[in-house]
Amino acid sequence: MIARFRTNCLAMSGRKALLAATASLLLGTAAQAETLRFAFQGTLNALDPYTLNETFSLGMFGNVYEGLTKRDKDLQIIPGLAESWELVDPLTWRFNLRKGVKFSNGNDFTAADVVFSAERVRDASSDLKTRIPADSVWTAIDDHTVEVKLTSPNPILHYEWDTWYMMDKEWAEAEGATKPISAKDTNPGPAAFKTNGTGPFTIESHEPGVKTVFKPNAGWWGTPEHNLTEVVFTPIAADGTRVAALLAGDVDLIDPVPVQDIPRVNADPNTEAMTGPELRVIHLGFNQMDDELASSDVKGKNPFKDPNVRKALYQAIDIEAIKERVMRGLSTPVPLLIANEQFSGSKNFTRWPYDPEAAKKLLADAGYPDGFTVGMDCPNDRYVNDEAICQATVSMLARIGVKVNLNAQPKAQYFAKVLAPGGYDTDFYLLGWTPGSFDSWNVLVNLAGCRDETGKGGPFNLGGYCNKDMDALAAKIVVETDTAKRDAMITEAYTIMTQETSHIPLHQQSLAWGKRKNVEIVQRPDNQVLFYWAKVN
Amino acid sequence: MLAFAIRRLVQAIGVMLVVALISFIMFRFVGDPVNQLVGVDTSPEDRAALREALGLNDPVLLQFGRFILRAAQLDFGISYQFKQPVAALIASRLPATLELSLVSAFFALAVGVPMGVFTGLYPRSWASRAFLAISLIGVSLPTFLIGILLIFLVSVNLGWLPSFGRGAVVDIGFGWTTGLLTTSGLQSLILPSITLGLFQMTLIMRLVRGEMLEVLRTDYIKFARARGLSRRAINFGHALKNTLVPVITITGLQVGSIIAFAIITETVFQWPGMGLMFLQAVQSVDIPIMAAYLLLIAFLFVTINFIVDLLYVAVDPRIRLGGARG
Repeated sequence: MIARFRTNCLAMSGRKALLAATASLLLGTAAQAETLRFAFQGTLNALDPYTLNETFSLGMFGNVYEGLTKRDKDLQIIPGLAESWELVDPLTWRFNLRKGVKFSNGNDFTAADVVFSAERVRDASSDLKTRIPADSVWTAIDDHTVEVKLTSPNPILHYEWDTWYMMDKEWAEAEGATKPISAKDTNPGPAAFKTNGTGPFTIESHEPGVKTVFKPNAGWWGTPEHNLTEVVFTPIAADGTRVAALLAGDVDLIDPVPVQDIPRVNADPNTEAMTGPELRVIHLGFNQMDDELASSDVKGKNPFKDPNVRKALYQAIDIEAIKERVMRGLSTPVPLLIANEQFSGSKNFTRWPYDPEAAKKLLADAGYPDGFTVGMDCPNDRYVNDEAICQATVSMLARIGVKVNLNAQPKAQYFAKVLAPGGYDTDFYLLGWTPGSFDSWNVLVNLAGCRDETGKGGPFNLGGYCNKDMDALAAKIVVETDTAKRDAMITEAYTIMTQETSHIPLHQQSLAWGKRKNVEIVQRPDNQVLFYWAKVN
Repeated sequence: MLAFAIRRLVQAIGVMLVVALISFIMFRFVGDPVNQLVGVDTSPEDRAALREALGLNDPVLLQFGRFILRAAQLDFGISYQFKQPVAALIASRLPATLELSLVSAFFALAVGVPMGVFTGLYPRSWASRAFLAISLIGVSLPTFLIGILLIFLVSVNLGWLPSFGRGAVVDIGFGWTTGLLTTSGLQSLILPSITLGLFQMTLIMRLVRGEMLEVLRTDYIKFARARGLSRRAINFGHALKNTLVPVITITGLQVGSIIAFAIITETVFQWPGMGLMFLQAVQSVDIPIMAAYLLLIAFLFVTINFIVDLLYVAVDPRIRLGGARG
């Protein structure tokens, strides 16, 4: 306890120059062992990289495994385990693999491993099936060349491959892990908790929900940009505890910092918050499928089927006020359902202006001069300040006469109610979306594609917005390989959605990480925590 | 006696079954586990297939029956989130919770009893009033608030003790990991134990105080004084000894609630025990873990009550007679 007391005294006395100098001297002598202690709000569970298609886990695995492609600090696609690739014809892709790459168990990385990974990721028990087309044919031309035959052109084939990690065929066969671990497996073998990747780190020990220790991979093919000798990851679910752990110096990096604690983290001489826009776009959606809204006092018709009513609600929301009051400045209002970074044409769009008077007029013209009542569903532990955004919306809509009954619940209950298994039981909802492929087609289909009762067509189009022209455009976009033509069609699709006010896009929320000042790390908008760009000074 | 024990045992099994059934019915309202198990891009067909494979479409009673049949063979299934057998997961988290609970109970006794004796002997001194005031905080502040306050005071501002976790642990065999053998492990225990034990400490202090005040007024203490025994012998040899019977009963009963209420303390301190695992399971709708944990806690309480009942019978013949009649 005394030793700890002393180090903390030194760390704390940043105000006293002499002691601070001594402290930095002491820190400087300990340069041989640089440990990064990292705390995240969620847990890292099974270590099979095809089990769960979720950013945090995939980001963690990205320290250990590598894909054929990678994304750099600005999210641009760069070569990974494939040194280069070419389009032989619109239906044939050829990938030239990097030579001299070894898995951490010493096995060579070859074309056979790529073909094996392609089969494994398409298996029924995989959660990453969308990474490659189910009917593509993968062939090893030689040890370091792979050819992929498609049945229809796909310009964004490799967009998500930075998180489709290459696995070792021999290792998987020896471990009995040729199929991905799935939630329904009653007896997952020990391989679910082992890793064997080509990446810059290896996992030394893993206790799910408690602690995971990463060590640098001495045999990595690349040149390390980090100076770490160890990374210790601990999940800390409670916000207060996570912030306290950072302030007390028990961890070096935390994700996320609650927005209300950012000033506190910045006020401490030893810590600071890193903020930046996240790719996730928060939006509101309307039930446009049912002929009558169950939660509304309007009987016999559905007011949300009228685009002008939807536009009225849009114009009643003061997005700048939400940014200033609710998000404390940490949000980027957007005009589309996709982040500004992910579609170059988004700069040509603007939001419908905030104008409560115009909104009232639109409502009156639509036949609702006194407004109406509707129920709203909102998660309260999924997105940054999600419940507060909904509460702000409720009070803003009240000003134009629309009385909203808010039902905010934990994500487990919320998603059970509003997604397909719950029968899309919502009339007005808040949802966040990040297209895994970084591409608009994903948004057009998932959030705005016409869907049936079971969700086929547009599984996350909870309100069932439907426009056949837009669906036709989406079908063309997916196979168009000419970038300029493709972007023009995407612009056309977004124009339709904006004109009809299919949804109300709100904002990109912000990432907020907290770190000790001696830590350097790259914060990408996709919120992956990548140790290979981290330094502890 | 045997008949009484058997009857109690049957009742205990009934209680466990009811707890299991109630928790199973509650699981209908905690949300959809499938949504926590797959990524956002997973198709509705795959989700439906997963739900079917997990048996979530079956009627509650069928799911319940299946669970009870397996649980009777100590098989609690596989955790949805961790993909490991629940029994093994609980076994690996049990040492952390038990160590924390026992150290808390020890703290509550070691501090609560002397404070109770002191306040009983010197009810008018300023120190007694201070102790009582502190104990009021112990009973009135919620556990999570005490925990957060301690973290900010002791860990963040003073920097004396770790703010979270269990420190370094040593495996001493049989899968039992202990933090009692390392410096960081012991340091990590201090704040959570105080947080968890504060309420019990307060309870014991007030109990001992009340009993002491009572006992000190009795005749045999007066006679002991008249005999010229030393104050020490009277206070500790005679008075305290007579106050301890209720204290032991209460402490025994409280051990169960310490383990059960460790959930909050474990969450605040990210203490890797069963309680934290249970809370993570609630958030991610990990039904196998929730079911097993609730059953385990029910078992704990049932066992403690069973033992206490048997002890009462041994001590108090009136209950024995009543049991023989009914």
